[in-house]
Amino acid sequence: MLKDITLGQFFPGHSALHRMDPRTKLILTVVYIVALFVAQNWISYLVMLVFLLTCIRISSIPPKSIVRGMKPLVFILVFTGILNLFYTDGGEELVRFGSLAITTQGVKRALFMIWRILMLISGTFLLTYTTSPISLTDGLESLLNPLKRLHVPVHELAMMMSIALRFIPTLIEETDKIMNAQKARGADFETGSILQRAKALVPILVPLFISAFRRADELATAMECRCYQGGEGRTKMKLLRFTRIDLVAFGVCSCLVAAVSVLAAFGL
Amino acid sequence: MENLISAEHLAFRYPGVDGTPDVPVFENLNLSIQEGSFVAILGTNGCGKSTLAKHFNAILLPTGGKMYVCGIDTSQIERLMAVRRNVGMVFQNPDNQIVANVVEEDVAFGPENLGIASPEIRRRVDMALKQVGMYEYREHAPHLLSGGQKQRIAIAGVIAMEPKCIVLDEPTAMLDPQGRKDVIDTVKKLNKDKGITVVLITHHMDEAAQADRVVVLNKGTVAADGTPREVFSQVKLLHGIGLAAPQGVELCWALNQQGYQLPLTTLEPEECAQALYDWIKA
Amino acid sequence: MEPILQVKNLSYVYSAGTPFEHKALDAVNFTLHRGEFIGVIGHTGSGKSTLMQQLNGLLKPTSGQVLLNGVDIWSDKQTTRQARFQVGLVFQYPEYQLFEETVYKDIAFGPKNMGLDEREVDRRVREAAGFVGITDRQLQASPFDLSGGQKRRVAIAGVIAMEPELLILDEPTAGLDPVGRAEILGNIESYRKAKNATVMMVSHSMEDVARMTDRLLVLYGSRLIMDAPPAEVFAHAGELVNMGLDIPKVTQIFLDLKEMGLDVENVYTLEQAVRQLLRLKEGKGRA
Repeated sequence: MLKDITLGQFFPGHSALHRMDPRTKLILTVVYIVALFVAQNWISYLVMLVFLLTCIRISSIPPKSIVRGMKPLVFILVFTGILNLFYTDGGEELVRFGSLAITTQGVKRALFMIWRILMLISGTFLLTYTTSPISLTDGLESLLNPLKRLHVPVHELAMMMSIALRFIPTLIEETDKIMNAQKARGADFETGSILQRAKALVPILVPLFISAFRRADELATAMECRCYQGGEGRTKMKLLRFTRIDLVAFGVCSCLVAAVSVLAAFGL
Repeated sequence: MENLISAEHLAFRYPGVDGTPDVPVFENLNLSIQEGSFVAILGTNGCGKSTLAKHFNAILLPTGGKMYVCGIDTSQIERLMAVRRNVGMVFQNPDNQIVANVVEEDVAFGPENLGIASPEIRRRVDMALKQVGMYEYREHAPHLLSGGQKQRIAIAGVIAMEPKCIVLDEPTAMLDPQGRKDVIDTVKKLNKDKGITVVLITHHMDEAAQADRVVVLNKGTVAADGTPREVFSQVKLLHGIGLAAPQGVELCWALNQQGYQLPLTTLEPEECAQALYDWIKA
Repeated sequence: MEPILQVKNLSYVYSAGTPFEHKALDAVNFTLHRGEFIGVIGHTGSGKSTLMQQLNGLLKPTSGQVLLNGVDIWSDKQTTRQARFQVGLVFQYPEYQLFEETVYKDIAFGPKNMGLDEREVDRRVREAAGFVGITDRQLQASPFDLSGGQKRRVAIAGVIAMEPELLILDEPTAGLDPVGRAEILGNIESYRKAKNATVMMVSHSMEDVARMTDRLLVLYGSRLIMDAPPAEVFAHAGELVNMGLDIPKVTQIFLDLKEMGLDVENVYTLEQAVRQLLRLKEGKGRA
């Protein structure tokens, strides 16, 4: 299960999506999410879906990876679906359980909700899969730069984020090792009440935290040895530059938003 | 040749924690490293070799005496960056030195900190990766590489800053034999081909044997200092410290305990075989 | 010698059915007997770690069986759980798994999980601490106040305290200096002798395995390709080198001597080398 956590993972590549400026991708992800919420009905949803699938195709990311990343979220999806299923009024009643009823409206809303969440998550995955964490944080840092004037530590926050993302796979590997070591001494993480299972996590969390602190300390020393002094005077190897691909992307997304808004206005 | 690094009457003690007494490591250590040399600092755990290494780029400052790096007194805090530009450091744990999620971005970290222009950083990164033999991996994720490959990335990250000296603090302790060989071969090549001064902290005899000069530390003092042959022939001294000589030397030494006079300088198996052959046939 | 562990046709495939599918172990067969000291050598990626985790039930074979005292460890849940205690596995850098407030409590973790009563737990903790040279004073200290080498010994004690019949250690001397290595290996040997336990040690140090083991298992490319005493294994020096493995330096020296025409037998420890050379020299001298 731990290996299924593809959060923050980056799949290197040379597709158009990979080559886009990270700022473009960040801005357009927000635009995409807005469009998702503007979309009202079947046709606008279909338009969004076609757009999403085209993007996935262009990115050359194996669809399996996107599906795999959804696994931890199945619970939320089902929960949301059920909520919407039972607590929506309107339309024909299909089934009744005492005071709770499933209506056609309910089914439709549940479906759309799940569909929307799936598309939202896929879109975000596309962002993180095609943008290396350093590019992401460079893009964020660049976009948030104006905030520096308000004394917001933009560079430091960006650096924190990028290091956190870089260490996720390493810490996952370490958690796996610690779990195996404790299992080899008879630790049991599967049986027992919630309280027992929570207590059983102590032999994993304590070594993991201690290890994380140790890593942080060693990493900080290594960074200082490489003359890190914060954001002042720092340059970048990869300069962010808007190119034709970005212009095209902005163009396409503008059309998308326009299309979806128009469709929404007509209730489609 | 210039003295690149110079410890003069170096004294250092770790401050005691919670009322326990300070732990002295050095009282009066004198040691110089010549520019362009490949020096191994050998010793068991607790002899002070890592502590000494950390003085070379001012991670630690002396509590007594002086530490000079490229002529700069390391206690001059305002010149810290100048010291660290010239002496880079590679640590034991391959993972805890890597900052970025893509190999070439990590190698670029140092030059970026130095405020170097973007195209020049690109040039340095490419050259550094080629020098350590990891250029084809430049777009890979570091966490998927082997330990030896990660250490070579760390080395590339240091040489991209074009320092005069690299200090490696037990860089192979967590690696398998293949990884160890790759790392030592890499630093040897950097020393021979590029003239970069290399200081290798280790407790592996066979690694120290590849240096030009071996300094043996014991409880904070220099117990031996010379070429590998000179140092490893002092078998009794090494045993007293808790170290062993390369097996070839140990073999000749064991035979000498029976009254023979075999040379104690045969570091490589072929040399030892030759010496034994001559001895048998004599 | 009675067999205590039998591995029959064991195969293991990671991520079966995905693009990352990888056969880590391929039809491995071997038997371990009580009191034996077995070494496991092989290049990185040859399947050593996977094999270790098969033997104590952490991983389930894709095909084949692991029999502990004649019983398949996967025959039922109870048996699998018991296997964890009968086969003690010490991972690499085990000092990173310590978590309790005191050394005593950490060593007691295993025995407690076995459901033993307080008195038995106490006896085992103290005995295990004794094997690795941890003093009573250190038992009351926090594990995080100890040195790296001491922490490692505490971790090993934590496994020994379960009194496993088979003790498996994955590179127990990794990262230690010569003094530390000798200490750990000595501790392992005293446990083995005292309990007549079977010990299995994965190592990259050919000198260590040559000196200490009765038998060597050589893994290469997920297969077990050699299962023989060290003398026999190191006689195939050329093949070992081709597999990316080292041979003890003395073995190399003697191979060179053989090539130079001297009449010598294969050796793999310093003591054997000295004995042979002295016999050769003195033999000549007398003639």
